[in-house]
Amino acid sequence: MSGTQQQLHTKQETPVKKSDEPALKGTFVSVLLLGAFIAVSWIGVFVLFIVRN
Amino acid sequence: MNRFDRQDGKLVLAHILFAFAALLLGGIAGMLQGMVRGGASILPDCIGYYELLTAHGVLMALIFTTYFIVGFLYSGVSHTLGGKLLPTARKLGWAGYMLMSAGTAIGVAVILAGQATVLYTFYAPMKASPWFYIALAMVVIGSWLSGFGIFYQYRQWRRAHTGKLSPLFAYMSVVTMLLWQIATIGVAVEVVVQLIPWSLGWVDTVNVVLSRTLFWYFGHPLVYFWLLPAYLCWYVVIPKIIGGRLFSDSLARLSFMLFLLFSIPVGFHHQLMEPGISSFWKFLQVVLTFMVIVPSLMTAFSMFATFELFGRSKGATGLFGWVKVLPWKDVRFFAPFMGMLIFIPAGAGGIINASNQMNAVVHNTLWVTGHFHLTVATSVALTFFGIVYWLIPTITGRVLTARMNRLGIIQTLIWCVGMFIMSGSMHTVGLLGSPRRTAYTTYDDHPDAVLWMPYHVAMAVGGAILFVGVVLIIINVIGLLRAPKGETEYPIGEVSEAADRTPAYLERWGLWLGIAVALILFAYTIPLIDIIRYSVHSPGVKTW
Amino acid sequence: MHLHRLEKIWLTIGIGMLAVFLIVLGTMAFSMGIQPPSGHRHTIDPTKVSETAPFDTPGFTSIGDHHYEAVMVAYAFGYDPMTYEVEAGSTVDFAVTSSDVVHGFSIVGTNVNMMIEPGEISHIRHTFDKPGTYLILCNEYCGTGHEYMKTTLVVK
Repeated sequence: MSGTQQQLHTKQETPVKKSDEPALKGTFVSVLLLGAFIAVSWIGVFVLFIVRN
Repeated sequence: MNRFDRQDGKLVLAHILFAFAALLLGGIAGMLQGMVRGGASILPDCIGYYELLTAHGVLMALIFTTYFIVGFLYSGVSHTLGGKLLPTARKLGWAGYMLMSAGTAIGVAVILAGQATVLYTFYAPMKASPWFYIALAMVVIGSWLSGFGIFYQYRQWRRAHTGKLSPLFAYMSVVTMLLWQIATIGVAVEVVVQLIPWSLGWVDTVNVVLSRTLFWYFGHPLVYFWLLPAYLCWYVVIPKIIGGRLFSDSLARLSFMLFLLFSIPVGFHHQLMEPGISSFWKFLQVVLTFMVIVPSLMTAFSMFATFELFGRSKGATGLFGWVKVLPWKDVRFFAPFMGMLIFIPAGAGGIINASNQMNAVVHNTLWVTGHFHLTVATSVALTFFGIVYWLIPTITGRVLTARMNRLGIIQTLIWCVGMFIMSGSMHTVGLLGSPRRTAYTTYDDHPDAVLWMPYHVAMAVGGAILFVGVVLIIINVIGLLRAPKGETEYPIGEVSEAADRTPAYLERWGLWLGIAVALILFAYTIPLIDIIRYSVHSPGVKTW
Repeated sequence: MHLHRLEKIWLTIGIGMLAVFLIVLGTMAFSMGIQPPSGHRHTIDPTKVSETAPFDTPGFTSIGDHHYEAVMVAYAFGYDPMTYEVEAGSTVDFAVTSSDVVHGFSIVGTNVNMMIEPGEISHIRHTFDKPGTYLILCNEYCGTGHEYMKTTLVVK
């Protein structure tokens, strides 16, 4: 079971790009939201640090 | 479908059950702590807050985690590397289990007897009973034996399948135990070379700064030892559970290699507010710490991509159509997914903690406690809980029933609610300055401290709800042990057909270990020489 | 190794954000002197704290206009001196050591939050603009009386 999926003999020669470009837009937006969460929380504590300094 | 090997099943189950016994004991302690801090003076005379806290830390952060991880990794190594452990590997697994368990028993006894009220970080020069340190050494050395069993099985497989890419589960297990092996050298040196002789009275003093540095050299990769098995489940198992495919095998392996490289030479970010280490080396290790964030950013992308591609394969459209088709009612997906989701605030908090001088805002406050209750006690714990619903049936020849699944969903939700209340309060009151690791007090009714009390009460409420969650998972584990007989397949995901080939260099262990060691030497050599040359030694003190 | 276009963009954004954080922190630390505490090494014999200057006479000394040096000793379970009073706008240079185990030294509401270790002297400087009674507490577990370990600083 474990070996077969590594063999890409059936891979098409045409670039896979066109079909997978839109396919990951939801992923992209999700990680951007994650990044925004990191940014906002970091800036929040940074401001607290500056104010208390 | 291959039946999970019965003998291996016993080994795995022994680890899983020991882990949950530790969780229950540690959970009782935690609930009591929350209540005491919230103002309920309920403790009997024979036990104090700090004895409970020591037990809670050791049982949850060292015992529950290590046992579950070793059991889980052995299960996947058995299944993917030949369907059965080689006799040597199984013997090492049992030897590790015996030694760790003996150590745990001695350690817990000493802690509850009030001879080691030093918390799970046992900072010198607080001096515990030598039996405490001996017990810790037994647990660590036992875990090395467990790791050797996994390395042995992997090495034999590689020899029998030269040139073939190793199964992803096994690869990730080896990375995890290598990380553990390298990291535990620090705490082993601290305990065996420094603390045991000192606690026995053979030497009078201890180098405090060195002991702390050795501990945190271990203490940071410790959290990746916890995280990597959860990531392993997310990468390897979850795609199979949902009926999708792994987004990319090579990126998954690369992320694990990056964890091996960058999770160890970073211990100073736990020592940012300490004397004895220069600002330069603190900042250097902060920079290295930020590098270890990258494989998590990669993992986030891989997870969402796996879900989105699965959703699209089921006909979902639009940006978030894939959300609806995920198997929300399946606890084997839902619990680990909640772990993933909560890793977002968990990881964000971690980045803040590591931010050099900014750490002053949160150091030793309840914010830190809130942070690690999100990371290990939710992201990792919920993933482990989710694993149990297929792992126990698989290794015992049983099946998960719809009723058990429903109970699992309920337990997961209760955990999330309790944690939201408790950790949310901890983060907030921590920013207001309330210290961690501190029993009930209002500091003579100082207005700042009085303001913290409502949050401490909320923490007690959250903690009580979490305790209900602990009891429920124990009930569920017992229920799974008595589930109807049948065959459960070990869920191992397959890689997406669109994924590229995995390059062989990701399995060149010599190369990667060499880089890892070089980074550790780079980050630690000069500061360690400085610490050993200039540190003043302290005598031991028993302050409890 | 092939990375999807959107993953490349994500990682660029993510790593870029982390780099910005590091640049801000590094600039503040090494150009503006806003560093973690105790940047310079300063040791002491922990068994002789009460005999070693300046810790043989802990207390606040005026060293300039609205500028104090605060020499303090942390012990299980309190601080020496117990409390002090300074004017609003005063800058205080703290030098703190421990005569027994590791303690914390945290002034609630400020960024003064550092570890006090036997054998080492911890340094930090803070300017107290806002008047009030500041709570200084030990936030590193140090024994049975840990939750009582505190002192205050009055800023008028």
